[in-house]
Formats: sequence, structure tokens, C-alpha cells
Amino acid sequence: MLAYLFYIVAAITVTTAVYLIFEKNPVFGALYLIQTMVSLAVLYILLEAQFVAAVQIIVYAGAIMVLFLFVIMLLNLDIGEETKNALPYQRIPAILMGIALFTIICIVIRSKLLQGKQDQYTTAFVQGVGNTKLIGNLLFTEYLLPFEITSILLFVAAIGAIMLAKRKL
Amino acid sequence: MITITHYLVLSAILFTVGVIGVLIRRNAIIIFMCIELMLNAVNLSFVACAHYLNSMQGQLFVFFTMTVAAAEAAVGLAIIVAVFRNKETINIDDINIMKW
Amino acid sequence: MTNVSIMTFNILSILPILILSGFGMIVLLVDVLSSRRLGEKNLLAYISLIGIILAAIFARSPAGTTLFSFNESFAIDNYSLFFNFIFLLSTGLTILISHSYIKREEINHGEYYALILFSTIGMMLMAAGADLLNIFIGLEVMSISIYILTGFKRSKLISNEASLKYFLLGAFATGFLLYGISLVYGSTGAINLKQIASFIASKGGISDPVLLMGMGLIIIGLGFKVASVPFHAWVPDVYEGAPTAITAFMSVGPKAAGFAAFLRILITAFGSAHDEWQKIIYILAILTMTTGNVIAIAQTNIKRMLAYSSIAHAGYLLIALVSANDMGVSGTLFYMLAYTFMNIGAFAIVIVLSRKGDEFIQINDYAGLGFKHPLLALAMTLFMFSMAGVPPTAGFVGKFYIFSAAIKSGYIGLAVIGVINSVISVYYYLRITVIMYMKEPTREFAPLTISPLIVAAIAISVIGTLHLGIFPSKVMEIAQQATLMLK
Repeated sequence: MLAYLFYIVAAITVTTAVYLIFEKNPVFGALYLIQTMVSLAVLYILLEAQFVAAVQIIVYAGAIMVLFLFVIMLLNLDIGEETKNALPYQRIPAILMGIALFTIICIVIRSKLLQGKQDQYTTAFVQGVGNTKLIGNLLFTEYLLPFEITSILLFVAAIGAIMLAKRKL
Repeated sequence: MITITHYLVLSAILFTVGVIGVLIRRNAIIIFMCIELMLNAVNLSFVACAHYLNSMQGQLFVFFTMTVAAAEAAVGLAIIVAVFRNKETINIDDINIMKW
Repeated sequence: MTNVSIMTFNILSILPILILSGFGMIVLLVDVLSSRRLGEKNLLAYISLIGIILAAIFARSPAGTTLFSFNESFAIDNYSLFFNFIFLLSTGLTILISHSYIKREEINHGEYYALILFSTIGMMLMAAGADLLNIFIGLEVMSISIYILTGFKRSKLISNEASLKYFLLGAFATGFLLYGISLVYGSTGAINLKQIASFIASKGGISDPVLLMGMGLIIIGLGFKVASVPFHAWVPDVYEGAPTAITAFMSVGPKAAGFAAFLRILITAFGSAHDEWQKIIYILAILTMTTGNVIAIAQTNIKRMLAYSSIAHAGYLLIALVSANDMGVSGTLFYMLAYTFMNIGAFAIVIVLSRKGDEFIQINDYAGLGFKHPLLALAMTLFMFSMAGVPPTAGFVGKFYIFSAAIKSGYIGLAVIGVINSVISVYYYLRITVIMYMKEPTREFAPLTISPLIVAAIAISVIGTLHLGIFPSKVMEIAQQATLMLK
């Protein structure tokens, strides 16, 4: 049953992703990307990562993509703009990347995965504590330093967005 | 039975689609959205690995990747707005005072 | 694990980072509070400099030895301390050369200094990070600050364009780096460099193709940051379009940080898989040196020439990475320090000569400089000689160490190619000297407006270049101690 769900959601994810790269209108592109992100959130739930799934929808599909849509509408772009000489660019990289993709998939299928160290966080253990609580615990203990540095990162981003986009300083 | 291979193949497909998008598109915003698609593909592979390794590190890494993506989105879109304000276009073929 | 466990962290180990972030915020606050009264904003540069000096004073290991803090994810060893010193030096010199430049270009905002300080934090985290997460976050803090600084001349299209190119390509490279990290994590089950190393050692090398691919993708991601050749397309445009002081900064700081992370990841984590990555880096080194030097010859714009020369220097540093012995690592440290002095020095002179609205960056503009401003021309000559690797300058000693490291590891062919490349590079470095001294001026030199800070920067660079060239042994000793901790 879950296997069918995986295949359906995976098909939606790939289809919307492909639609994104061929879509002329950036607004529709952003909507396709939001759909990709929502289906990824479903996959995260299948993988028992409930917190990540929630954050995926709230932060990614919610905040980041809304920012994209906002800027697209702010700039009010001409849709047909890039159609002119697009073709010569498209073929060669697309073919090369197709080959690269094929190679990657062959590598992934052929190799013996999961030889790495198994950690202690089994499904039963995580369900006992609670996924969100566990992530919170780890963020404030083992990953305290990167967590704090992230605040500087967001601060820099806020300064930068104001610096670059504000009309008058 | 869905194994980690399924997830990694899906992640590889999404990543490659993102890379192809970056290479063939000329609109800066769409290129940037394709980059976000690449990051999402990476997140999927992190979460899948974390699940099958019984580890939490992957999920935490995704948390940080999302933060970075948010910061990049803020700055990147501001840069795009700044370019548009001076040039009235965001087609990267027209943004070419300097030779590539 | 319902209780929060007490972890091993030592707040003193991140003291320089705390100081820099504190001073970054102070700069912003002072800027806001004093903007009406202080028209000149000299104060901000001095506050930033004080922050850098304080950070340099406290940049040492609290225990006096190697210290792993924050759950083994942050390493204070001589290696990261040496790099911290390079970062702080390049940041300090950048602030010295920026002061008059940003005033002239009317981009004199407090955010400028704050962002430079914040990007230094990112660099420090990259050099000290002992797991892939810290290195990644450090890389992003550094890069995002520099994307903004590149586009800091908001009204100039060239600056916007450089910023957009840097941003799109940088984010693209970040995607590859992250994908590499996720594959490494998936196949080893760890993001800590030591744990990855012990996993690879327990398997007796890399046999897993997914792990190999992950390593390759990490090399692509970092190769982009250090501007190695096939991932160099952004360098000339970004260097040309960015404000000149920022060009100086990003040709030194991020490059050093990139190499710091590169060395630590490849040697600490993938040390036992040396044979696999050494081939990739070998080819990258040759491509990078040769492309950089050959294209630099054709340049007429001095900023673009220095951009290609910085690509070539990345190539020399990659030689040290290939040899991957202690001498190569200490050679990298020494070379990076020497490069900081000579490159920021050269950019300082470009800044002194430029004026508002006239960047004065065609190489032919320098004709006759030797007669008009002999001291500046002399300093420029020194920096050019040092970059070309002429004794007795820092560049010569650095190259000497790097090439000997390659020979010591048995890569004689690579060392020979490196020497040939240095000879090629002499052509375009000396051409500037020749133009300065042997050609009649093609245009008037405007009266220079020299601020004491930029004079200090040039003086420090000259002294550093000469000192490292004539008395290298002391610094080399420190660099050698730094490498012992790496493995």
C-alpha cells in the first residue's frame, strides 16, 4: 500500500519538476515548484520525518516560495522574453546531463548502500521520544554551534536584502 | 518494498532535472527556482539516508539546508530586484556588459 | 534521551567568532545612532579594526593544545589558528584599503564593515570546522556576505551584474557540494570528518561508488570556491564588477577559507583514499595554472589580469594539495599568507590610483607611473615580482616550498609544469613594470588623495612581502607546527 503511495507521489514530484523547467510563465513555474515541495513533504512523512515534513511546507512551500511569487509579480515580467535564441543552448547540456543522470542512477543501483554505521535512532526509539522533541534536543546540544551561527546567517541575509533592494538608503 | 535505492534514484532524477533547468533556462528567477529544486533533491536524499541509517543527523542537516535556502532566497531575490531596477530585464543573455 | 545531555563545549574556543559578531553589530548600531552627526564615518573603520585586533589576540587555544569543542565538531588546532590569522589579516588590510575607497564611491554605509566582519566569521568556521555541517554553514555565511558586498555599488549595473553572476553560480555550486555531502553521509553514516576517516579506513579505502561520487561532488563544490579551472567562469567578471576593495578581499579571504576546508576534508576525512582524489586534483592543478596564466597574458584590464592571476595562484596551491604531505600543507599556509600580502598590496595601489567615476584600470594607464609616483611604482613592482616568484620576495619562497613538496611526494612532472607556468607568468607581471618605467604616460595622473589608512595597508603589505621573502624560517616553523595536528 505504502509502495503505491510512494510511486504515485514520486511520479507527481518528477512531473511537476519537469514542468517547472519547461514552463514559460514564471508564476506557473513557481506553482509547479510548490507542488514538488508538497509532494516531497509527503515522502518525508513516509520516511518518518514529521518535523522536516512540517517545516518543508511551512518554510519552503510557504515562506520561500511566497517570496518568489512576490518578486515575480513585483517585477511583472514579459513572458515571451526568453524564447528567442533559447534552442542552441538547450540541446548539448541537456544531453550531457541526461548521460550524467543515467550514470548516477547506474551507480546508485549497483552499489551496496547502507554499509555505514547504524545509529541509535530507530523508528521505535524516535516514536517513543517524539521526532520534534528529539530534533530540538539535538539542536540545542550537539548542534548548538551551527544553530547559533545560523542566526548570523539570517542576520546577514536580512541586512543584504535591505541593502540591495531598498530604493533609497 | 520501497528501499533506500528508490529514494536515492528519485533524488538523483530531481537533482538532474534541476541542473538541466539551470543550464537551459535564461530567466534568472527560473534558474534560481531550479537551484531550489536541486536543494530539495538533496534534502530528500538526506532524509532517506537518515531514515535507513536510523540516524538523526540527516534530518538536522535538512533543517540547516532550509535555513541556508531561506537566506539565499532573500539575498538572491534582492539581487535580482536590484538588477531589474537598473536594467529592466532579468534575462541573463541580456545581462552582459562584461564578456563571460 | 529525554533529558538534555550536557555536552562538551568550551565557550572560549569560539571567542574570536563571538568578538567579531559583537563588533559587527556594534558597527551597525553606531552607524544608525551617529549617522546625522558623523558625516565622515571614520569611526566605523576604527571600530572594525579594533574588533579584528581583539579577535586576533583571543584567537588561540584556551588549553594551549589542540581542542575539539562542540561535540568534536569544532577544532582549535594550530592549523585553524594559522588560517584564522590569515583571515584576520586579510580582513584588516581590506578595511584599511576600503576606508577611502568606499567614501569616494559613495557606498559608505556601516553595513559594509559589518558584512566584512560577518564573512570573516564564516571563514573561521570553515577553517575550524571538523564536521561537514560546520564547514557548510561557514561557507554559506562567507559566501552570502560576499554576494552582497559584490553588489554593494547598487546604482552601478556592472556591480549588479557581477553580483547576480556570482550568486547564481555560487548557489549552483552549493547544490553540488550539498549533494556530495548527502552521498558521503549516506554511505558512511557520518558527517564528522574523523568518523568518515575511520569508516574509510575500516573498509580499506573507498570501494563504494556512491562515496566516490560524493567525494567528487564535494571537490566540485569547493573547487568552485577556490576558483579552480573548469569552475572558474565567474572569476573574471565578478572580480571586474565588484568594488575594487571587495575584489581584493575575495581574492584572498574566501580562497584561503576554501583551501582550508579543502585540505581538512581531503586529508582528514579522505586521507586513506589519497590515490582516488589525487588524480582529480592533479588534473585540476594543471588546468588551473595553465588556463589562468595563458589567459592573463591577453588581458588589458588590470582587475581582470589580477583575476586570472588569482586563478593561476589557486593552481599552485592545488599542487600543494596533490602532494598532501606535511610540507605541502605548511607550504599552502605559507603561500596563502604571502599571497595575502602581495595581492592586497597590488589592489591597494590600484585603489590609490583610481578616482571617482574613473576606475583607472587599463594596464596602459600605468604608463609613466615610475616617474610620476616613484614610491607607488616601486611598491607595485615589488608585488608583481613577488607574484611572479622572483627572489627575494615572499612569492618566491612560497613557490619554492610548494614545488619542493611536490617533488618530495614524487610528482616531479607536476613541479616542472608549475615552474614552466611561473615562467609564463613572469611575462605579464613584468609587463606592468615595464609599462610603468619605460613608457611615456598616455594620460595625466590626477593628484592623489592618499589616506593614512591605505598608506598603512601598503606599508604592511610591502613589509610582509619582504619579510617573508628574506626571513621565512620563523613563519615557516609556525606553519610546520600547524600541519602536525591535521592528521
